[in-house]
Amino acid sequence: MSQQFSIFSRMGMDFPLSIIHELIRELRVSRVMTSEVFTLPSTTLMHEVKELMRAQRISGIPIVDDGKLVGIVSVSSLICALEGQGLDDPVSQFMAVDLVVCHAEEPVFEALKRLDETGVGRLPVVDDERRLVGILTKGDVMVGLVHALEQLYEEAERLERRRQPRYFFEALESDETSLVLRYRVRANDFKNGGKASARIKQALLQIGAPPRLSRRVAIATYEAEINLIIHTDEGGHIVAEICPDKITVVAHDAGPGIPNIELARQPGYSTASDLAREMGFGAGMGLSNIERCADKMNIWSAVNVGTRVEMVFAVPPEESVAIS
Amino acid sequence: MKVAEIVEVVDGEILIPPARDVDVLQAFAADLMSDVLVLAEPQILMITGMVNAQTIRTAEMADIPVILFVRGKRPPDDMLVLAREIGIGIAFSPYTMYETSGLLYAAGLPGLGKMPVVQQR
Repeated sequence: MSQQFSIFSRMGMDFPLSIIHELIRELRVSRVMTSEVFTLPSTTLMHEVKELMRAQRISGIPIVDDGKLVGIVSVSSLICALEGQGLDDPVSQFMAVDLVVCHAEEPVFEALKRLDETGVGRLPVVDDERRLVGILTKGDVMVGLVHALEQLYEEAERLERRRQPRYFFEALESDETSLVLRYRVRANDFKNGGKASARIKQALLQIGAPPRLSRRVAIATYEAEINLIIHTDEGGHIVAEICPDKITVVAHDAGPGIPNIELARQPGYSTASDLAREMGFGAGMGLSNIERCADKMNIWSAVNVGTRVEMVFAVPPEESVAIS
Repeated sequence: MKVAEIVEVVDGEILIPPARDVDVLQAFAADLMSDVLVLAEPQILMITGMVNAQTIRTAEMADIPVILFVRGKRPPDDMLVLAREIGIGIAFSPYTMYETSGLLYAAGLPGLGKMPVVQQR
C-alpha cells in the first residue's frame, strides 16, 4: 500500500477509489501476470521438488506435459508426500489436478474474485488450448495495479502540463518565447531589499535553470537591486528576461546618474551613504561583482537622466531553460 | 560540520534549524555583505555580526545554508520568520567574531584560504 500512497501524494490531487475499481475491471490478466514460469514435467520425483522449492524459494510449481498444464504441486502436496513416505514417487501422484485457472484475456477483477473464493495462493494462467502462459498471485495484481496507476498518473500529468503555468510556454507558439519578470524597487527601502532578486532566483530554479547559474544571476541582480536602493532618487525597476539560451537582467532608474562610470566600476570606489554602510553595503564592490557574475555587463548613465545596467547570462545549451 | 556540532563548539544555540540536513565544509566571517557576495562559496557557514534582513537575503542569494550570529546577538522575530520561509538555518554564539571563528577553526572547520590581491580605490 505504501507504494500506492506515494503515487497519491505525488499526484497532489484526489485519486478517487472508483479509478481503482475501474482499473481492476479493465485490466487484463495478461498485463499483470508473471509470464516466466518455472515448470516441471509430471515425472519429476517429489524429493527433487522439495529441493527446487527450497532453492528457488517458491511455494507452488505448475506441472506441464507436452506444453499442456496437467497439475500443480504446492507445499501442501509436499506435506502429503512427507507424511505418506512418498518422496521417491513422481509428482503426478501428489499434484493437484482439479485446477482453478484463469484466462490470459479475462479481467483481473474476475481472477481476483476466484483467488478469494477458492483460497488458493496462485492461479495458473492458460490460453484457449490450455497451454500455460503465466501465473497470477495477489502480489502480481498489486504490482500490476501500481504500474497501471503510475501510467495513469503520467498521463494525467501530461494533460496537466498544458494547464499549469510551469509548462505554459509549451503551449505557446512563436518564433521566440521568453518570460519577462518586472519588479519595482524603492529608494532607501532596505526592509524589502532583495525581494526582487529572490523572486527571480526562485523563478529560475522553478523552471529548471541550473543552481550555479541561478546563484550567479541572483547575486548580480541583488547587487543591482541594492544599488537602486542606495543610490537612486526615486528607486527604479528590475526587469529580467528569461530566454531558453540566455537570461538578461536590466536595472534602470531615473537618476541621479553616474558622473564617471569608469571610476564607479573600480573596486573600493563608493559614494554610498552611512545608512547603506551600516547595512553592510557601500564597499564599492557592487559593479565589479556584477561584472564577475555576469557573462556581459553594459552600463549607460547620464547625470540627471538615469542609469541602466544590463547583465547578460548565457545558458549552456545542455542546460537550456525549460521554456521552449 | 553539522549545525549541532557548530553550536556545541561555540557554546551557542540554534534558533532555526536549516531546511535540509547541512554539513558545511568551510566557513566565512564578515560584517560586510558586499564581501560575502563577492567571496563566499555556496554551502558554507556564514559568521557575522551584521543583524538585518539583508544578511538573510545575502545568504539566500549566495546559497549559504546557515548563518551564525556572533556576540550573543539574537535576531528579531521578523528576521527569523524570513529565514524560516527561505529555509536558512540561524544560530548564535555568545563569543565575539574573532573568538567564534577561532573556536570553529580550532575544531577543524577551515576558511576559504588565501585571497587574491585587489587594489582598492
